[in-house]
Amino acid sequence: MREELLSIIERNSRIDLKELAVILGVEEIDVVNELQALEEEGIVCGYHTMIDWEKTSIEKVSALIEVRVTPQRGQGFDNIAERIYKYPEVTSVYLISGGFDLLVTLEGKSLKEISGFVSDKLSTLESVLSTATHFILKKYKDHGTILTKKYEDKREKVSP
Amino acid sequence: MKDMLSKQAVGLKPSGIRKFFDIVSEMEDALSLGVGEPDFDTPWHIRDEGIYSLEKGRTFYTSNSGLMELRQEICNYIERKQGVTYDPKHEVLITVGGSEAIDIGLRAVVNPGDEVLIPQPSFVSYEPCAIMAGATPVIIELKAENEFRLTAEELENAITEKTKILVLPFPNNPTGAIMERKDLEEIAEVIRKHDILVMSDEIYAELTYKEKHVSIIEIEGMRERTILINGFSKAYAMTGWRLGYACGPREIIEQMVKLHQFAIMCAPTTSQYAAVEALRNGDGDVEEMKTAYNQRRRFLMNAFKEMKLECFEPFGAFYVFPCIKEFGMTSEEFAERFLTEEKVAVVPGTAFGDCGEGYLRISYAYSLDNLKLAIGKLADFVEKLRKQK
Repeated sequence: MREELLSIIERNSRIDLKELAVILGVEEIDVVNELQALEEEGIVCGYHTMIDWEKTSIEKVSALIEVRVTPQRGQGFDNIAERIYKYPEVTSVYLISGGFDLLVTLEGKSLKEISGFVSDKLSTLESVLSTATHFILKKYKDHGTILTKKYEDKREKVSP
Repeated sequence: MKDMLSKQAVGLKPSGIRKFFDIVSEMEDALSLGVGEPDFDTPWHIRDEGIYSLEKGRTFYTSNSGLMELRQEICNYIERKQGVTYDPKHEVLITVGGSEAIDIGLRAVVNPGDEVLIPQPSFVSYEPCAIMAGATPVIIELKAENEFRLTAEELENAITEKTKILVLPFPNNPTGAIMERKDLEEIAEVIRKHDILVMSDEIYAELTYKEKHVSIIEIEGMRERTILINGFSKAYAMTGWRLGYACGPREIIEQMVKLHQFAIMCAPTTSQYAAVEALRNGDGDVEEMKTAYNQRRRFLMNAFKEMKLECFEPFGAFYVFPCIKEFGMTSEEFAERFLTEEKVAVVPGTAFGDCGEGYLRISYAYSLDNLKLAIGKLADFVEKLRKQK
């Protein structure tokens, strides 16, 4: 049940416990216990809401920043990653393979705010060798959800 | 002009679904639980392969039987799933949907006066296809108390010396019934004893929610007397691609290839290339869709329990077949009132044979959100009817 439960709540964390139990074919108490276990084990680490900020009047700018760093002896990339992820405007930090080491995503109110962060805070860190900032112009799909189009049932309404 | 039309064609009953289709098409905001096809789009990698084949200019006929590559993949698939081998050269034919295979399969084996056994409720095509093939359809009425399975006794009682072939439509549309190994073993004994053929329509084979689907070809002595029909529509959400296939003994497939060649030439080439991709890399998609169907199936069974609507638990396809006899209406009356009063379309059981009277076919090829909305209306409607009584 664990994998099926996870893939359901990954897409819909608001689904109620009773309904979860019904569609998984188990008792409600089993769902409650399993969810609790998943939270305790740190497998479920939060419940978020997908928001397409584009459709609001609130100004938001996000960027992907590729960062090259010098790993530190005994610490590898962990220390520098931590120094970066502690900034609240940083929404994610990944260690990646390829030409760069860290991929940082950032959310800010304006271009200026983001470029300020990169030039004042990120680039000045001692182990950061270089950065490349990519501003996001449009989100087509995020977290497995297509943002640009709504599902439309194109089928004939009745068929054998 | 006098006598312009074929009496046989004119004599065919129009599909019981048509009427509802006409009413629903007029209603703009109607919800529907009436479709017989998946709500998922064809997985993108399969569509992409179709597009690629067009880009490559693969726009010509294939051989009459279909692409060898595809026939080979089908044989691999059946061996993987059922452990039964077919020769891709002589024992497989790619058709335009499973429907074409039903039509030419029957035409390839029956002679005038032969009887074709058709268990009902079942898909709408068997009876007219049998008639147009010049055979006499003989209906076996399946019963709710047997969970709409075909029993050896029912089969035995329907067989006469004119019986040529039994149509075996499981997992079943519209009931969702399945036949498990022991059920198949029991009827196989009767089939062997009377030396008749079987047309096993297994288009919903991938969609079973109990144990893995068992095909009658796995039962001893059955492969050599069975036309196995399957296709890509339901498992891979590929209805519009119109692609199915038949596997069977060489003698029968040879005759089917002739009929297919003269009527159809070959199945659509683009679809055939896409289907190769489906069989090679589509197992994960099928599994994912099946998981979603199963969740919806459980949701519906629970909803019926809560509204106290009688319904046996179906383990196949994507239909449930609740009983509405308590309301003292025909299936058609119920479906018509439900549509006009609550604006939700369902298909009356009688569209799939007279013995579907008293039942509705409800499809769960809809998102859970959609189902919730429509089933909520069913619950309201049921409550209203009970109060009126």
